[in-house]
Amino acid sequence: MKLSGADIIMECLLEQGVDTIFGYPGGTIINVYNSLYKYSGKINHILTAHEQGASHAADGYARSTGKVGVCFATSGPGATNLTTGIATAYADSSPVVFLTCNVADVHFGKDSFQECDFIGITMPITKANYLVDDVEDIADVIRTAFAVARSGRPGPVVIDILSNVPAKETEYEYIPVEKHANYGRLAALQKRASHQQDIKTPEPEGDIELLVEMIKASKKPLVICGGGVVRGRAHNEFKEFVEKVDAPAAITVMGGGGYSGRNKLTTGMIGMHGSQASNMAAAGCDLLIAVGCRFAERVTLDVKKFAKNAKIVQIDIDRSEINKNVKTDHHIIGDAKRVLQILNSKLDQQSHEEWKKYVFSFKTETEYDEGGDTLTPKQISNAIDKILPRDTIFATDVGQHQMWAIQHFHFDYPGQLITSGGFGAMGFGLGAAIGAKIGNPDKVVLHVTGDGSFRMNCNELATEEHYKIPIITLIYNNSVLGMVRQWQTLTYDKRYSQTDLDRGPDFVKLADAYGIPGVRVNSSEELEKALQTALDSGKSYIIDCTIDKDELVRPMVATKDSITDFIVD
Amino acid sequence: MDGIRRRQTIAILVDNEAGVLSQVSRMFSRKGYNIESIASGVTSDPNITRITIELTADDGQAEFLCNQLRKIIQVHSVKLLTDSQALRRELVLFKVATKDSAERNEIIQVANIFRASVIDVAVESLTIAVIGDEEKVGGIQSLLGNHEIKELVRTGIVAMERGGDTIYDNTKVKGEFDYGKNVL
Repeated sequence: MKLSGADIIMECLLEQGVDTIFGYPGGTIINVYNSLYKYSGKINHILTAHEQGASHAADGYARSTGKVGVCFATSGPGATNLTTGIATAYADSSPVVFLTCNVADVHFGKDSFQECDFIGITMPITKANYLVDDVEDIADVIRTAFAVARSGRPGPVVIDILSNVPAKETEYEYIPVEKHANYGRLAALQKRASHQQDIKTPEPEGDIELLVEMIKASKKPLVICGGGVVRGRAHNEFKEFVEKVDAPAAITVMGGGGYSGRNKLTTGMIGMHGSQASNMAAAGCDLLIAVGCRFAERVTLDVKKFAKNAKIVQIDIDRSEINKNVKTDHHIIGDAKRVLQILNSKLDQQSHEEWKKYVFSFKTETEYDEGGDTLTPKQISNAIDKILPRDTIFATDVGQHQMWAIQHFHFDYPGQLITSGGFGAMGFGLGAAIGAKIGNPDKVVLHVTGDGSFRMNCNELATEEHYKIPIITLIYNNSVLGMVRQWQTLTYDKRYSQTDLDRGPDFVKLADAYGIPGVRVNSSEELEKALQTALDSGKSYIIDCTIDKDELVRPMVATKDSITDFIVD
Repeated sequence: MDGIRRRQTIAILVDNEAGVLSQVSRMFSRKGYNIESIASGVTSDPNITRITIELTADDGQAEFLCNQLRKIIQVHSVKLLTDSQALRRELVLFKVATKDSAERNEIIQVANIFRASVIDVAVESLTIAVIGDEEKVGGIQSLLGNHEIKELVRTGIVAMERGGDTIYDNTKVKGEFDYGKNVL
């Protein structure tokens, strides 16, 4: 049937099962929004306050549901406002399709109004990007974009369509998703794959046998749960693997939700703010098996001294991560779930009592002082634990509060922790929380933030209130840019350059202006009461927790040091 | 991975479409490397372009760069060519000033020795084309340096592996990368 390019975009989104789009219209994308108007019964659009909010919302939706998120924006400033969101999704391998329109073909390349080279801008922060200047290409590019975004190592994909193209008409034929790989770009991609005999299961058998032998030979194994376990939804297989190896398991920031902190073999977080047990285990192990972890410097610290007594094995879907940051002794390429399934079937139960005793002799939880006039991070954590349900989704911003939350809470399933671990984008949290709540309407979503992060994108309170998306926002308000200040305290001789945030607004009054109730709390009792009120109301709520500006995230290792050189215990 | 920094020759097969050359070359700059030579042209398959890039790096860095290239969706295949197995050539054009017929003859003699061809003659200049690696090009350049070189242009090195192996051969590493790029 003959359809406009804009209608074809909608049909292709429906092919993918998309029911929600986050976005913001503008001059060049009017044709697409014109069609969206027609499809409004089938596709829900969330209009955010700012394109950045939309980008994080689509990302939060993708991370929490495992589905591909979709985000629309117009050309020029609309598109560039997405870039932080795109880079965030790229750093954390989150599958999001960003659809923008550029100026019309007659104006393209002439520095026209609201024109920018968005393909050039997003090249280093996307898994792939496509410029569409022909209506005939729309369907094929959208099908390709979704497949690329969700397959292999997931990631963001940008589609930039010239503004007049969606107004043109062409033939559209419905193709079910499972047949997309037989057509166009996807067919070409598949045809050239050298392992096409069995594309879903390459033969890691020999590689797996070798790892099994290495595990049998090991006396002191350590397993690391990285973001790949979360993206691959391999949490059950990972748990079985850890128990079979009988090894301590450390969790990276991105691995939160891949292996529950409640499990008895977990040593908690590893790295800069990792637990003593995790970091000591990394230094002492003789075999380190990392699943879906890229060994970023926040995990390894001084890479030359990282796990230097160990044989290092990497299990990853992305071959380019092998030997990138850490020289490995062995690797297995494949989907974490699939590789761990085969591994588990070939591995006999191991036992490492002595090694475990050694590792768990290091205290796994840092003691925080009991508070005086203000709340402590520990008290906040305890109150949340006490009041909110166990399966609450945590969407965090970036900074001290992020580390406190990730260190303390036990994330039991993939998608329970939504955090900007790789890119560290302050302002990520509220948009991400909105996306997570829309993707998981039955779960409680807690937006954990700091006063610095929250001030960056708190305009999305308007979105939250307008669409009645109930989110509990909890602000760790210390009136400083806490994490940077912590570095200044510890390594810059307390020269607090530009990290005082002792300024407005009054967040409770601000929330009120957006139509959202809130309260400021100074004690555990007040906080527990506020959380209960928020939970019972089933509506959005803001809790502004006053904490001391000198609270530190503990422990801490400085970037240049070895993983066990704690500058703060 | 610190090692001896030396010349690295990387051959890359990519989709013949707009933006791919930019994607490939930008990868080097954003990882902090400087491309010393780049040459690009379509292969026997009109849908596939071959890019040859040379730069100075140690072997670990070269492996890292190859892996980053292999990750790009439009990249089909990457081969790091070692000096001993690589056939490397470039085409260089010299425009040399000639005052008189004696000088012209002298330059033609130099060209003949290097099996270069004279491709254009004007009243006061000669244009010479030479094909070779940097040793040969350096040789003729130093001899022509006795004259006035008005203009010099080089294509950049193109390279191919000696013997029967080709860049199209499937290897375990290639399979591992293709697995990560699969779209099913």
